[in-house]
Amino acid sequence: MLASATGVAAGETGGNAVDTFLAGVKPEFVPAWAVPLTAIAIGVGIAIALVSVVAMFSVWLERKVAGHIQCRYGPMRVGWHGWLQPIADGVKLLLKEDLVPLGADRVLYVLAPSIVLASVLAAMAAYPLAPGFYFADVDLGIFFILAMTSTTTIGVVMAGWSSNSKWSLYGSMREAAQVIAYEIPLGISLLVPIMVAGSFDLIEVSRDQAGFFGLNWYIWPWVNPFMLPAFVLFFIAILAETKRAPFDLPEAESELVAGFMTEYSGIRWSFFFMEEYAAMFLYSAVGAFFFFGGFESPLTWGAAKAFGDHSVAYQAAAATTLIVKSFAGVFLMMWLRWTLPRVRIDQVMTLGYKYLTPLSLLCVLGAGLWEVFLAPHLSWRNG
Amino acid sequence: MSTPLHTEPDRAARQGEREFLLDVRTQDMEVNMGPQHPATHGVMRILVRADGEVCTGAQPHLGYLHRCAEKIGENVEWLQYLPYTDRYDYLAAMNNNLGYSMAVEKLMGIEIPRRALMIRTICAELNRIGSHLIAFGTYGLDIGAFTPFLYMFREREWMMALFEKICGARLTYSYIRIGGVFNDAPPGWLSEVERFCDVFEEKWQEYVDLLMVNHIFVQRTANIGVIPPAMALDFGLTGPMLRGSGIDFDLRRDMPYELYAEIWKAGAFQIPLGKGERGQLGDCWDRSYVRVMEMIESIKIVRWCLGAIEPGPVIADIPKTLRVPNGEAYVGIENPRGELGHYVVSDGGKVAIRCRVRGPSFTNLAVLEELMPGALIADAIAIIGSTDIVVGETDR
Repeated sequence: MLASATGVAAGETGGNAVDTFLAGVKPEFVPAWAVPLTAIAIGVGIAIALVSVVAMFSVWLERKVAGHIQCRYGPMRVGWHGWLQPIADGVKLLLKEDLVPLGADRVLYVLAPSIVLASVLAAMAAYPLAPGFYFADVDLGIFFILAMTSTTTIGVVMAGWSSNSKWSLYGSMREAAQVIAYEIPLGISLLVPIMVAGSFDLIEVSRDQAGFFGLNWYIWPWVNPFMLPAFVLFFIAILAETKRAPFDLPEAESELVAGFMTEYSGIRWSFFFMEEYAAMFLYSAVGAFFFFGGFESPLTWGAAKAFGDHSVAYQAAAATTLIVKSFAGVFLMMWLRWTLPRVRIDQVMTLGYKYLTPLSLLCVLGAGLWEVFLAPHLSWRNG
Repeated sequence: MSTPLHTEPDRAARQGEREFLLDVRTQDMEVNMGPQHPATHGVMRILVRADGEVCTGAQPHLGYLHRCAEKIGENVEWLQYLPYTDRYDYLAAMNNNLGYSMAVEKLMGIEIPRRALMIRTICAELNRIGSHLIAFGTYGLDIGAFTPFLYMFREREWMMALFEKICGARLTYSYIRIGGVFNDAPPGWLSEVERFCDVFEEKWQEYVDLLMVNHIFVQRTANIGVIPPAMALDFGLTGPMLRGSGIDFDLRRDMPYELYAEIWKAGAFQIPLGKGERGQLGDCWDRSYVRVMEMIESIKIVRWCLGAIEPGPVIADIPKTLRVPNGEAYVGIENPRGELGHYVVSDGGKVAIRCRVRGPSFTNLAVLEELMPGALIADAIAIIGSTDIVVGETDR
């Protein structure tokens, strides 16, 4: 199952596409060490832009989805069907007064939203936009993403503690409890596709699922029948991880006012929002990589056949595929949020520890047995 | 915190449900829920004492919306007080108008034209539907489901449009007057009410499917805030709070007023009762169930009136300035939230010398303090929501 681990567009230097490009056009007077630094700066810029654009689009999408589910239109005034609304909101948030409540732990209060946003930006670094376009080719890509996204919890707990508000404290304590409970099934359920792929590298996993019309996607029962339950567990776990309904207890607006971000306003408040939407996007992308073929789709398949693996058309098709798949996941999460009531904290804990964790372990066991004893004898798995 | 009225073992049993959360004790925390909190349905403040996520006590503080309604009743003329009645239970203004008008009518001994009685019943029942829609919708909101709330607003909007057509106002109607109703229904209004009934029955099923039997909703409300029948009687609960505990008492049947005796005899409606279907008898789910079922019963009453209504006068012949004979009268009617009583005393003048209101929300609120200990913070929200209080009426 293991293919060679080199990135398609990665150059001899082992850097990424930007690195390779910069090395080629570097003028004489620029020292060689400036090249990776510039590449990093560009990468960070792209990651920030990506997070912002994803967050803005998701905010617009959420309001539209909510509106249409609830028999109304959502934003309609600013731009065509309100598509400029997030920009107007962003300007408003930037211009708002930066309030720090009396008695707040000022340092932590100011630091918390930055930590939250920085962790999701860091996770974005391991997220490949296309098979040949990524910021960092991390062998343990998925581990890095999971580690970085769980760091947001620290920021959330800091925010709740430093706000000097009891509601915020409740919110952050719930967040801590919830994330600890759901990290386990999240990680374990991802072991199932990782076992099938034999790799932690996102691009690698995606390439393994290439094939005629997406028939090799891991989600199909003929690849491994334990994949579908693993995906369901994974999806429930990411709902809890991203604090989305029905697991939106940390911010539960009817119980805790706004939970850990009750006291925040202006641009700091929007950092929490950006993190939430970026994390939703990122987790959906992880789901797409490990269950739904990653870059692979009929579109990519056609582009690869017509223009070849190294063509720009293929890369563009792959990027489009991934973005569409990720937003499909985001849409599903929005759909659930505007349909379901919220569960209670003890129910969240019960679900996490008593059901999801054992079930995910069972899935791993079953998938492992399948991989060891059956998969080698299946003709379509070894083609 | 007050002394509990019912037995101690009962309370211990309820706390025992949450024993697994009580084994690690830390310092209690006092949290102010309100006056600006999304779940207190207005400006009520509940001082919650909490041990982590578990409430150990709660004390409601009222009065943020106090507007001296009763005192005003003793200072303005009989007819002038009517618009003030709109404003205490603003979600069921028609019922408030009806209660006050009936109290004054009882004192004066006016006979109301039959068509006026019909229109009054239709309006009161439609308003009951609207009020229960808000109650159930916001309850869903408290539990975390946003969308059903807006679906219910959609139907309530139509109900308000109907009222707008008949009296020009959408929330504070002052339509039911002493002696009848303000004016006759405009042409086509009754047939539109019939259309509303048809559509509503269809949509009602949606709410049941989407929220009432939703697994998460049931998990959040069943066995929460259990009011045993004896306790419900102890606290003098009325309305869906009482019937949710399985006690079969509805003023429309048991102390009939207006046309309700006739409608009940015709078998046009039933009194839904909590049965403990999804949990213990008298839990939050049962109270919601009673409200949801009552909507359909109200539709049946409206349909009966639509079938029986005949042309005729809509207001009795009463003078512009009322002089109410000496005496006193109490009239209790079945408001969407319970028994709304008006007690008026007249010395024969143009102004009441006493105008007392018995508000169902205020009385029902008393049980809150009793239900909270042992509940989680999230349950506390569910319990407050299930009492369906309107702060305008608790404070008056």
